[in-house]
Amino acid sequence: MLRFLVRRSLGAVVILFLLSIVTFLLFFGMPRDPALLMCGKTCTPANLENLHRVLGLDKPIPEQYWIFLTNLVSGSDGFAQGPCPAPCFGYSYHSNEQVWGTLMDRLPTTVSLTLGGAVFFLVIGLGTGLIAAWKRGTLIDKTFTGGAMVISSMQIYFLGPLALAILVYQTQIFDKPAYHDFTANPAAWFGGLIIPWVVLSTIFASQYTRMSRSSMIEQLQEEHVRTARAKGMSRRYVFFRYAWRGSLIPIVTIFGIDLGSLLGGAIITEYTFGLPGLGRLAVESVFFSDLPLLLGVMLFSATMILLCNIVVDAAYAFIDPRVRLA
Amino acid sequence: MTEDLVLPAPREAATDAPGEPLLEVAGLVKHFPVKGGFPIRRTVGQVQAVDGIDLTVHVGESFGLVGESGCGKSTTGRLITKLLEPTGGRIAYRGKDITHATRRQLAPIRSEIQMIFQDPYSSLNPRQTVGKIISGPMEINRIEPEGGREKRVRELLEIVGLNPEHYNRFPHEFSGGQRQRIGVARALSLDPKLIVADEPVSALDVSIQAQVVNLLQKVQQELGIAFLFIAHDLAVVRHFVVRHFSQRVAVMYLGKVIEVGDRDSIYTRPRHPYTHALLSAVPEVNVGAEDDEEVPQRERIRLAGDVPSPISPPSGCRFRTRCWKAEDKCAAEEPPLIQLSGNHAGHLTACHFPEEPTIEARDEDIVLDPALAALEEDADD
Amino acid sequence: MTTLTKEAGAPVPAGADAFLSVRDLHVSFRTEDGVVRAVDGLSFDLERGRTLGIVGESGSGKSVTNLTILGLHNPMFTTVEGEILLEGQELTTARESELEKLRGNKVAMIFQDPLTALSPYYTVGRQIAEPYMKHMRASKKAAWERAVEMLDKVGIPNPGQRAKDYPHQFSGGMRQRAMIAMALVCDPDLLIADEPTTALDVTVQAQILDLLKDLQQEFGSAIIFITHDLGVIADMADDIMVMYAGGAVERGTVHEVLRAPQHPYTWGLLNSMPRLDSDPHAPLAPIPGTPPSLLHPPSGCRFHPRCTFQDRVGGTRCVTEVPLLGPDRSSACHLTADQKRTIFEEEIRPRLR
Repeated sequence: MLRFLVRRSLGAVVILFLLSIVTFLLFFGMPRDPALLMCGKTCTPANLENLHRVLGLDKPIPEQYWIFLTNLVSGSDGFAQGPCPAPCFGYSYHSNEQVWGTLMDRLPTTVSLTLGGAVFFLVIGLGTGLIAAWKRGTLIDKTFTGGAMVISSMQIYFLGPLALAILVYQTQIFDKPAYHDFTANPAAWFGGLIIPWVVLSTIFASQYTRMSRSSMIEQLQEEHVRTARAKGMSRRYVFFRYAWRGSLIPIVTIFGIDLGSLLGGAIITEYTFGLPGLGRLAVESVFFSDLPLLLGVMLFSATMILLCNIVVDAAYAFIDPRVRLA
Repeated sequence: MTEDLVLPAPREAATDAPGEPLLEVAGLVKHFPVKGGFPIRRTVGQVQAVDGIDLTVHVGESFGLVGESGCGKSTTGRLITKLLEPTGGRIAYRGKDITHATRRQLAPIRSEIQMIFQDPYSSLNPRQTVGKIISGPMEINRIEPEGGREKRVRELLEIVGLNPEHYNRFPHEFSGGQRQRIGVARALSLDPKLIVADEPVSALDVSIQAQVVNLLQKVQQELGIAFLFIAHDLAVVRHFVVRHFSQRVAVMYLGKVIEVGDRDSIYTRPRHPYTHALLSAVPEVNVGAEDDEEVPQRERIRLAGDVPSPISPPSGCRFRTRCWKAEDKCAAEEPPLIQLSGNHAGHLTACHFPEEPTIEARDEDIVLDPALAALEEDADD
Repeated sequence: MTTLTKEAGAPVPAGADAFLSVRDLHVSFRTEDGVVRAVDGLSFDLERGRTLGIVGESGSGKSVTNLTILGLHNPMFTTVEGEILLEGQELTTARESELEKLRGNKVAMIFQDPLTALSPYYTVGRQIAEPYMKHMRASKKAAWERAVEMLDKVGIPNPGQRAKDYPHQFSGGMRQRAMIAMALVCDPDLLIADEPTTALDVTVQAQILDLLKDLQQEFGSAIIFITHDLGVIADMADDIMVMYAGGAVERGTVHEVLRAPQHPYTWGLLNSMPRLDSDPHAPLAPIPGTPPSLLHPPSGCRFHPRCTFQDRVGGTRCVTEVPLLGPDRSSACHLTADQKRTIFEEEIRPRLR
């Protein structure tokens, strides 16, 4: 297990390294000069040149990349805006804030949104999927699968405003979505996120309903499940002890991908509900050609996805003893 | 369905006299690496699938290769057809070394060596029509037979006992036995000189199996194609390998040929203990025996356990861990595949302490399985 | 001796001494293409301690019949008619909870492929102990000890340790031994073995077959042994029932059926089977054609489209009239007893010897 974690972590570091290089090259491939954007309306060639020097954009790309790496590992005091301890992504071109600090500011919103939503959609999705599989062919099954089909064809930017319009503006049952610090006021935190959670989890849950049902039905047709029935084990016992466990493998796989990409920023959800998370940060960084921020968000999101991947692979070994981690 | 074969006259005069060596294999080795290790994955072991075998298949010969799962018989077939790259040894076709031949060098030979696979369901592309499947090899090799490819395909369909009208059908419209016929037609499309048939009938029902065995036999005899017939079923191999001038069978165990020789010699006068055990394990049916008839009893040998792992095969003789005659010498020294005194010419055995050349019942059964031995002792008391 | 009753038609009262009695069983599945009549009017009896070998090719209905005995068919798509009496208890209409009490307890099953038939998620010991805990109301500890004892009995070396292994850590032969241990753990009266050695190598098959025979001596179970291999049947069974396209076509003791088989399908099977003791230069004589689709089974005798002896019956009887399978030693064929005897003696037997 330890070997597995060490090996996979090393692999992840290599991937992140390559990713940062690609991001760097792509950024300088863009036909836009970030300094020009910062320079503003009263831009003189002298100002522009000065900005280039301050931002380090006058140096060759490999050298810039080297500076980026050393800053990341050991921090730097060489920024005009002030010191920058490791892990240092530098200061945002646009806001002049420290990138790492900005990421940490936005992180709680994204984590709250994602983890809360994940709890909702896992419980609802797996639950309805299991019930549908247990009641296969009945009205309940048809209702659940039909409903899931309809909902999964909807999108957040449809369902989100709809929920806002009905639940917040029309009936005023719920507060307008907003992020409140959990430690300061848990009730406000919950109230502010409930609508995004419900909307996000409704759409995700419908996929998990279908996946959990079909995976269960597949497992129930496995020969070892039939053997367990032939031993006289009850239907419920076989359903939960034999079939369910195998059905989790594809679900864990998809869940890992979903969770990883949500933790990297749920762009549409954040925009729909006006929540300041990592997703919005990512969009802004591209919009303003903000290289330090772009690199920061990119590597952070990638780290989340890679972490989730490692956790998923470790989870396989817990579910299925045939999987050996090496 | 009677197997009335409509065979076209061979389009080129056979240049090979029967009995000439067609395919020679010497010291053939195939090891598959086992990956593992930390922190960088590397090769930590070798699956010794095939570990030094010698075989010669002659022109027009029918050669049987038998053994249980994991003995390397299928790997051998794939090495010979160059679907796998050998780790060591030499493969020569008509005297020409093709062991490490490139695709280009192989091109003229590829069409002469064809393969028939076990699974009639997965070995045919479900999205291609039968006509396309059978003419595929001709297309790849840019062969334009007289009268066109379609005519040739229809001819082939007739040879394998299918309706030529089925040219445009898809594989799923056929039963397992019919699909295997399609596989045979595909193999025949290039006028091969050697067909490697890897368990061609083991996925089929008994009544269909016999149809395909008969078809292959007729194809073999009437077109004079040499066959390497790979199977785990000893009775099927015994029935398939019938050819008046040469009918040999090799028995494999854990990547080695442990006994090879004329079919009758192997089946009735085996010398290797493993061959004895294999033959004795085949369930027998005595059909139509009269009540008072004395049916000769066969020996009863029950081995213990399964075949050991080919990753770390036993030292010396690989069968020694399951052999009742094993002594220290068997662990220390690998027995060479040699002609034992008293054997027919060409009957080679790799054993330090060979058995008597008979398969008749012994005074005492050989029961090595401890559970069986215990139960039988209890029953006797 | 198995007692046999008239095939098809009016139900016949069960033999008083039969342990298992199947009466006029019909099983059909609804599929997208239509109704598949997998078993069509099957009757047979089995006595305690006897071994009935059911032989047939894929699609003959042999496996379906035995899944139906334990109620393991999918009730959503399956219709079952007829009677299955186990010691007088009707199983086709029994409640699920009653069947659960029988399964693994009085009636146990062994399946073809032990790799897929054992759960990859639990240890071998646990899988063997489970039915013992359920049916014998044994404690976890007692059930585990029993599992180890059973593993020892079926010849797993070092059973105490190996019980903690998962099935994938066992070799093919050992897995099937574990499967046998699991089936016998509650000392069942009836063991249904569905192609238990088909996935195994021949030397391992020989070990497993002998093991089953020896264990039957000790446990005294009746066995229904399903296989496509007549050689295995000859080795294992007391009685034979030959099935074709959903029905039984011939039955009798092993001795009777193999000494003088009566049905053209049985002849065909024997003629197509390569054997170690037959003349290798005599080509195999396969049964022509392919097994019929059970969506649209042939009229009359289901074997008639592949039968080469139809003209000896004369007329259209084979096409129009379903041949009946009589009690005891019998075959469902319109040929007269004399014809069957002469054809076998003069045309079939010489080929087989």
